[in-house]
Amino acid sequence: MTGGAPNSGGATTDTYAKARTWLLMPAWLVLLVLSLTPVALMLVYSFLTKEFRGGVIWDFSLAAYDQFFFDRGLFGDEPARIEWTYIGIFWRSIWQAGAATVLSLLIGFPTAYFIATRPEKARPIWVFLVTIPYWVNLLIRTVSMKFLLRDQGPLNDFLMFTGLIDSPIHIINTNFAVQLGLFYSYLPFMVLPIYAAVERYNFTLSEAAADLYASKWVTLRRILLPAVKPGVVAGCILVFVPSLGSFLAPDLLGGAKNFMIGSLIEEQFKGNAGNWPFGAAASMILLTLVLIILIMFTRQQAKSNKAGG
Amino acid sequence: MVPEEQSIAIDVRDAVKRYDDFTALKKLSLSIMDNEFFTLLGPSGCGKTTLLRMIAGFENVTEGEIFLFGEEIKNLPPYQRPVNTVFQNYALFPHMTVLDNVAFGLEMRGSSKSEARKGAGEMLELVQLTQFANRKPSQLSGGQQQRVALARALAPRPKVLLLDEPLSALDLKLRKAMQLELKHLQRETGITFIFVTHDQEEALTMSDRIAVMSDGELQQLGAAKDIYERPRNMFVADFIGETNLLEVSVDKIANGRAVCHLGGGHELTCNSVEGIGVGSKVHMSVRPERLFISATPVENESLKGRVKENIFIGTDISTLINLVDGPEFIVRTSNSDRGNKRIFEPGNEVFVNMEMGAARLLID
Ligand SMILES: Nc1ncnc2c1ncn2[C@@H]1O[C@H](COP(=O)(O)OP(=O)(O)O)[C@@H](O)[C@H]1O
Ligand SMILES: [Mg+2]
Repeated sequence: MTGGAPNSGGATTDTYAKARTWLLMPAWLVLLVLSLTPVALMLVYSFLTKEFRGGVIWDFSLAAYDQFFFDRGLFGDEPARIEWTYIGIFWRSIWQAGAATVLSLLIGFPTAYFIATRPEKARPIWVFLVTIPYWVNLLIRTVSMKFLLRDQGPLNDFLMFTGLIDSPIHIINTNFAVQLGLFYSYLPFMVLPIYAAVERYNFTLSEAAADLYASKWVTLRRILLPAVKPGVVAGCILVFVPSLGSFLAPDLLGGAKNFMIGSLIEEQFKGNAGNWPFGAAASMILLTLVLIILIMFTRQQAKSNKAGG
Repeated sequence: MVPEEQSIAIDVRDAVKRYDDFTALKKLSLSIMDNEFFTLLGPSGCGKTTLLRMIAGFENVTEGEIFLFGEEIKNLPPYQRPVNTVFQNYALFPHMTVLDNVAFGLEMRGSSKSEARKGAGEMLELVQLTQFANRKPSQLSGGQQQRVALARALAPRPKVLLLDEPLSALDLKLRKAMQLELKHLQRETGITFIFVTHDQEEALTMSDRIAVMSDGELQQLGAAKDIYERPRNMFVADFIGETNLLEVSVDKIANGRAVCHLGGGHELTCNSVEGIGVGSKVHMSVRPERLFISATPVENESLKGRVKENIFIGTDISTLINLVDGPEFIVRTSNSDRGNKRIFEPGNEVFVNMEMGAARLLID
């Protein structure tokens, strides 16, 4: 059946079902090819044996995971002890990504609120302004950030000019520099979902709260925040997850001491020194970690929705 | 009318509200008495919500003053005014239970959580929603949400309760029931209610006094009965209830009566009004239910005409009558005493008669 008015309900449903299957094909392909295949490959690779010049040998092995969690001495013949190096890197990464998320939230929320409360016609302009820096490649932005933050860079010059500080503060190659870099890399991912949520918020609710003797602070905490919570959670996830696996900011702004997961994984696949199964295993552990965090988030949200708090 | 010893709850003095170059309220003054069911009535866009929001503190006052029991409040933020609002779309907090919604105001006023919940429970009892205390607002019907909004606004015992078209989203039957319930609640709590509506019938049913507004101006303020029976001007006469509005010329004034004539040489006597002299051409209003039809002239002022149409409207029959060479009249006859009265069919020659003092001259 093609075109024209369908002559029976049954035929219409059939046609639509067929059309739907075909129209959904691209989406399925994208999901399958671009998302599941790489993960599946990674999973397989993490259980293979490493080839010394990079690449893998197709022999099943748990060596990569073993190396991640256990220390068996230089020649692998001592009793297994917990290996803290990589767990430490993971821990630092979580901490750094968390700090960047908090920073993004502290700046992003007021920004989003500000934009959402502008006159309707002005809002797209503000959104546009927020996204402008993101037209430039992330690498270039991160490198320019390095120049901005240098001891003799514009930020220190400015702070000294205003008299706030007497001598340059050392920012570059610190944890804080990495946090700033991550914050700057992913800020729009915090601003945009919160903006969308605040824009949908019914401001009469804030008036109702004020009418019932709630101060501005209480209204924010007890009425506005619960209402826009899905946007806030989405923003936090969208900043936290890519920050966790990021390697540009830690490499360029953090120096050698402030290594993060992303750099660790990147190293394993670069040049001849790498260890593909180990990189794949680290990726799988990272993926599992992210999944656990996401599931915890959703569980908690479902619970608080049910509890009515 | 209002007894002398009653104090003034809200006193609005020369209030002006301008939005950019648009003036929503033009030097409006009115006093609302303590313990009164007061209604702001007017067509959509006349500034009722604006005035209410100025009293609640959501809009600033461009010029003029607002006093609450003698205290100037125009610079107080909403959360410092002992005034609560029932919002048009209820504005219930969606993430809180019904009980927590109602308890919110009490808690903000410093009650402990358990005290607030107890007070809220009592309030829910008053509006008969106790069994829904632990539901979310979205799990209630429109009428129930309305009652939650009412309970929430009444719970902190405000000095004045503001209601912005609270019943407009309800269907007719529920609306009638809520009108009675509101009236009952007002009497029970003794709180001053300021009620906004564009529905004149609703206003007449519920109010002690009504302020009729149009275009940001006060048209008339008075008891419901007063406004209905003695409209001051054409706007009020036309807006409130059904009426016959006719252009007349004043021929003679004596003993509080003005003899006028209308088109076609018909003559009738109205109550005279200060400010309208002999020779003026003005409008006259007479309510259809204060007219009656007869087959022969009842007195020398019966107006002769012909029946055009009968319209059955439940309790009443509305009859359209064309006066000979003159304007058209609507006459309402109650259906209940149909037995005693003759029904005149279209085409019948009849006379229109009016009760003494039923016709009123209008100033403008
Ligand atoms: N924020 C605003 N900006 C500009 N004009 C407004 C604003 N709020 C209300 N108005 C105008 O003021 C007039 C009165 O509005 P409102 O008080 O809401 O009327 P009502 O409640 O009687 O229907 C309307 O013409 C409306 O368009
Ligand atoms: Mg309104």
